[in-house]
Amino acid sequence: MLSRSGTFMSGMLIIGFWTACAVFGRLVVPFDPFEDDILNALGPPSAAHWFGTDQLGRDVFSRVIVGARDVLEVAPLATLLGVVLGVMLGLVTGYFRGIVDDVIGRVIDAVLALPLVIIALLALTAIGVSSITVVVVIGSIFALLIARTVRAAVLSERDLDYVAAAKLRNERAIYILGVEILPNIIPPIVVEATVRLGYAIFAVATLSFLGFGIQPPSPDWGLAVSESYGLINGGIWWPVLFNTLAIASLVIGVNLAADSLQSAFDT
Amino acid sequence: MRVGGFLAKRLALALVTLWLLSVLVFAGGQLLPGDVARAILGPLADVRAIINLDRELGLDRPLLVQYWDWISHFVTGDMSRSYVYRAAVAPFVLTALGFSLKLGAVAFVLVVPFGIADGVFAALHAGRPIDRIISMIGLTATILPEFVTGIVLIIVFGIWLKMLPITANWPPDAGFLTQIYYLLLPSMPLVLALFGYLARMARAGTIEALAADYTRTAVLKGLKPRAVLWRHVLRNSLLPTITVVATQMGHLMGGLVIIEMLFRYPGIGGLIFAAARDKDFPMLEAGVLMVGIIYCLAGLAADVFYALLNPRIRLGAAE
Repeated sequence: MLSRSGTFMSGMLIIGFWTACAVFGRLVVPFDPFEDDILNALGPPSAAHWFGTDQLGRDVFSRVIVGARDVLEVAPLATLLGVVLGVMLGLVTGYFRGIVDDVIGRVIDAVLALPLVIIALLALTAIGVSSITVVVVIGSIFALLIARTVRAAVLSERDLDYVAAAKLRNERAIYILGVEILPNIIPPIVVEATVRLGYAIFAVATLSFLGFGIQPPSPDWGLAVSESYGLINGGIWWPVLFNTLAIASLVIGVNLAADSLQSAFDT
Repeated sequence: MRVGGFLAKRLALALVTLWLLSVLVFAGGQLLPGDVARAILGPLADVRAIINLDRELGLDRPLLVQYWDWISHFVTGDMSRSYVYRAAVAPFVLTALGFSLKLGAVAFVLVVPFGIADGVFAALHAGRPIDRIISMIGLTATILPEFVTGIVLIIVFGIWLKMLPITANWPPDAGFLTQIYYLLLPSMPLVLALFGYLARMARAGTIEALAADYTRTAVLKGLKPRAVLWRHVLRNSLLPTITVVATQMGHLMGGLVIIEMLFRYPGIGGLIFAAARDKDFPMLEAGVLMVGIIYCLAGLAADVFYALLNPRIRLGAAE
């Protein structure tokens, strides 16, 4: 079972660690992550400042620990929005098919002809950048992707006998979709949701790095990298490197968990 | 010709996709909060100046007229005028596209043989430690954001080891090889991002072909292992991989936005980023639509290859 899978447990351990940091980090870090100390700016890693200090003299270690917070709010919310909208859209288009299904299918193709980052840049430029618009934009794009998976799952269910039986009992469409079909397609939806969560963290971090995601003065990792990456030309690598490693560990953790969930459901 | 029919269908689908994309991109421009002229001229500008600029830019006309004006000029190569540079957009987009093609080409030339070879190698050693190691590396490289791998590579190879230049901008009189040398580091994050997909596809296809009846027949009739691999296994296993190469073009271009910003490289990704930052909508729309066009063209090219290489489509047995 899942709890015996080393991959799954190490993934959950990493996610658990960063979640704990996001919730309790402020209480345990050695320095105030928001307090400037210009006299000690850009200090290399030392006994007092394990990861060094950034351009405003803030302790990089404390900021990395606390920096998990915004991405761990925005990415799961975007995923949740995508799953809710995507499941509804996929259920309806897969069950009723017809012209609406065709039109929505074409629109999904058109949107997916662009990489996620580029659609998000376009949409965020149009409606403005804030944590809420990032959730809405990523959630909406995910909804289209998830709708495809759900639609395919519905298509393989809709002609089975239990659906025909429900139709003969004269059940309403909303009952058939919600009570009969939905419980049978939960596994692909769970897998899709965890895989999407990994992509959401990827996307939010990337957008924050571009300045189109989480906004200052948050200690968010992607944002911290974008504020300090100009310094690496001068050999000052510590404000950037530890933040990128933090992003890498979280993304890997979520993907480890998603991967073992997928193979658990496949077998 | 059956190939002709298959491709005509794909071409028609690509055109519909592009048309819908152009509508979406245009609609995105209309969502911009507030007045475009107000955004250009600033909050203190005179109301009459704003009305004049609106008329000059044609923004006082009905939306359908504006869309038709924009798209009918776009297909003739006239991509309207930049708000920021007050000049035609097309030359900017085309120059940037040339730079991006160079960077993308270097990444592709590196990753395609390498990824496929590793995937086939892993498949031939399926289940052994080396297979797991290749799969793990491929998976990790694929899921990490490009700016993460890019920055780690810059720090390790550019700052600590001082092996490669950390900017993509070669000196003005640089020759072909020098340019490639400057593009090695920027292309690495793209190579890593694509490596996993390619290797995984090549591995899965090869494992399937190895287990197929025709491979068993070839082995049983006494064919040498090398001949079995080249003539029977790879010919079948690499077909789906070709499609993956094309669909990953989109992924590649998403990565270009990050890489070109990180390495200050004047390509199409950098152009889209700068246009988004400056709210330069004509530039942004042209750049984004261009990326969509390239993606659709890559998909069509993959269909052509696939149709030519796959006898089931060439002879009209499929679909």
